[in-house]
Amino acid sequence: MCGIVGLFLKDKSLEPQLGSMLSEMLISLSDRGPDSAGIAIYGAPSKNEAKITIQSARPERDFRGLDTELAKAIGTPVSIVVKSTHAVVRTTPAKIDEAREAIQALRPDIRVMGAGDVVEIYKEVGMPEAVVNRFDVRSMTGTHGIGHTRMATESAVTTMGAHPFSTGADQCLVHNGSLSNHNNVRRELVREGMKFETENDTEVAAAYLSSQMAHGKNLGEALKGTLSDLDGFFTFVVGTKNGFGVVRDPIACKPAVMAETDQYVAFGSEYRALTKLPGIDNARVWEPEPATVYFWEH
Amino acid sequence: MPATSKATRDQSHARVFDLDVMSLRELNQALHNLTPGSNETAWEVLNPKGNHSVAVGVDQPVTIDVRGSVGYYCGGMNSGSTITVHGSAGPGVGENMMSGSIIIKGDASQYAGATGRGGLLVIEGNASSRCGISMKGIDIVVRGNIGHMSAFMAQSGNLVVLGDAGDALGDSIYEARLFVRGKVGSLGADCIAKEMRPEHLELLQGLLDRAGITGVKPTEFKRYGSARTLYNFNIDNADAY
Repeated sequence: MCGIVGLFLKDKSLEPQLGSMLSEMLISLSDRGPDSAGIAIYGAPSKNEAKITIQSARPERDFRGLDTELAKAIGTPVSIVVKSTHAVVRTTPAKIDEAREAIQALRPDIRVMGAGDVVEIYKEVGMPEAVVNRFDVRSMTGTHGIGHTRMATESAVTTMGAHPFSTGADQCLVHNGSLSNHNNVRRELVREGMKFETENDTEVAAAYLSSQMAHGKNLGEALKGTLSDLDGFFTFVVGTKNGFGVVRDPIACKPAVMAETDQYVAFGSEYRALTKLPGIDNARVWEPEPATVYFWEH
Repeated sequence: MPATSKATRDQSHARVFDLDVMSLRELNQALHNLTPGSNETAWEVLNPKGNHSVAVGVDQPVTIDVRGSVGYYCGGMNSGSTITVHGSAGPGVGENMMSGSIIIKGDASQYAGATGRGGLLVIEGNASSRCGISMKGIDIVVRGNIGHMSAFMAQSGNLVVLGDAGDALGDSIYEARLFVRGKVGSLGADCIAKEMRPEHLELLQGLLDRAGITGVKPTEFKRYGSARTLYNFNIDNADAY
């Protein structure tokens, strides 16, 4: 099964509530997937800093003193905010790739959840409510975000197997369904130089989109490519730095409902996820068509 | 239509269940506790908010007005009751309905009326993919459009669509009758257009009347059904397996 949600705000006055709105949407779909949950939030951009979200199974050991050691390694000030098993590392945008490599050298057990100018990604094993509470997602502000609650079908129930998957700067993807040609697509992407952290099919879909966008396609064009290049069942919800997209495979057996008002565009695996949104009773509510790309950009 | 007017008339006597206050299980248990001849004939459900399985398995001739949108399987296995959803319905509305009627004022998600054995399902908005999949005697009337793979392996009953049908309509159909007023994206395997004979016009008029639809003539529809070429194994197709 799995449950997925997405929320793209048009009305800036709602931005302080993004984390709480998205949290409630995800919690309402808890019975679609109790294994693990995750959320990606796109916050306010800053000219002076970019972010890396990192995770460790032993945060006390791995995060202690990392800021000082990392700043020394890359020769630039670094700040680290720890949230449970995750931490957000901030430094100047020019140093972000160097910082990512230095983190892996300094702390080999740390995993990178995602990086970019604005995105923060939190995911763990457990029910959505536990994950949301652990990372205090409700207090987060932002412009858009996506979330996922997982019922694992094809790879292990681990933190790294949870969604969202991020394979490019400020890009991430959540998936309901299962792919059948992901091993082949992964081999092709590895030949292109993409790196993979898991055996998971969804990570391949995320990397496929990152690869397409790296070749100059926009989000809509990249999503369209999934219809011919990926085989299997999928409803994807995707976030980029300023965009939000949805696509379903041509069979479209994985459920999807969307709602749009002057204030937001929202996605849920089921209507249940949308019932607490402001003005939902007067929203335009529809089921996205199969094999049709929907995307919005700020 | 009759169902709505009866519910309105009984409004002051209706037994009201607010799902913000009471659990879905309490609602369904109360409906299942009804016995023949009960005078609790009118029910109203408030705040369904996309809940699954609202009013499934009802087997007494009561009217149930659901004020809002429901999730999966609303009215599943319905036997004799009249359920009106004043909103939209999630996947599998009226799945395996036996008799009675279900009216959806908004849209219905995928596989509406799947495997239905009897009764009438009316969708006043659009229905999604796989509407009437494997239907076995139910009558389905959709005012809007229906999605792809509708009436897949449909065995008997009638599917009436006032709008358009998506791709692969009636794939591998048996003896269900399909009436479409608008365009058909494509026909599925073994589904063909058929002539509209007087008995079909009469049947269709009856279905439109039961669904409370006026101003639409049966002659505006085309009929589709089985070419019956898949009924027996054809040795020339052996290489395909």
